Amino acid sequence: MKLQTATRLGLYAVLELARDPEQTLSSADLAERFGVSNHHLAKVLGTLSNAGLVRGGRGASGGYRFTGNRKRTTLMDIVALFEPAPGSRPTEPGEETDIGGALQRVLDEIDEIAEATLRSVSLETLLAHL
Amino acid sequence: MVAIRPVQASDLPAISALDARLTGSEKPAYWQEMLAPGRHFLLAETEKGVVAGFIAGEIRAWEFGQPPAGWVFAIQIEPKLRLKGTGTALFEALVTRFKENGVTRVRTLVDRKDHLILSFFRAQGMVAGPSLQLDKDLS
Repeated sequence: MKLQTATRLGLYAVLELARDPEQTLSSADLAERFGVSNHHLAKVLGTLSNAGLVRGGRGASGGYRFTGNRKRTTLMDIVALFEPAPGSRPTEPGEETDIGGALQRVLDEIDEIAEATLRSVSLETLLAHL
Repeated sequence: MVAIRPVQASDLPAISALDARLTGSEKPAYWQEMLAPGRHFLLAETEKGVVAGFIAGEIRAWEFGQPPAGWVFAIQIEPKLRLKGTGTALFEALVTRFKENGVTRVRTLVDRKDHLILSFFRAQGMVAGPSLQLDKDLS
C-alpha cells in the first residue's frame, strides 16, 4: 500500500509522541529522528493539532505533545486526515466501461481490506508490538 | 475480577441468551455442539456468578491444508462488563490450552467490517494470516 508522504509523517509524529504522552518534542526533533524535512513535518503537525491529536508548537523551538487517546485512536484516524476519503475519489477515465468497472471492483476490494486493517490497529496496539 | 472455567451444560441457556442479545440470532444447537469432546468452551463469571463472557475453540489439523492450529470460533463479552480484561483473560486461557495440546499457532476468522472484534484480536498480537477467505453469493 502506498501512502502519501504527509500521511506517513503524520503516523510517525503521532506514534512517536504517543509513545510517551508526557514528553514534548519540537518539529525539528521529530524531523531529525525520522530524517525528513522540518518544513514538511511542521505542516503535518498543524493538521494533527487541528484534529486535537497533538498540542503545542509555538515558535520554531516550540514542543508538541500527544493529547489524543492511545486506545481509541486508530491508524485509520490518522490516515483519514491526509488521504482522500473513501467514496470521494473522482471517476477515472474508462471506469464506466465493463472492463473498467470490473477492475474497479477488484481495486475497491483491496481498499476495503486495507481500511479494515488500518481501523483495527490502535496506537496502543501498534506501540505494544514494536 | 472474573474466574475462568469450562462451560457446563447448565450454562448453555445463559450463553445462548447473551449471544442472541449481541448477534440477533438464536443458535442453541450450535452452543450445545461446542460441548463435544475435543472442543474448548470456556466461561468467565463474576464473583456473583454472573456470566461475563465466553470463548469457544478447537484444534484443527490440516484444515484447508494448514498444519495443526488452534481456532477461535467465537468470543462474546457482556457489554456492561467490557474493558475490564475479561476478553483477554478468556483468550489467554484458550491459548494456554492450545499450547498444552502442542500447537504453536492460533487463528480465527473475523468480519472485516466488525472493527471492534478486529481491534480486540489485533490487541492480542494477531496479524493477517497466510490464507484469504473467498466467498460467492449463490442466490
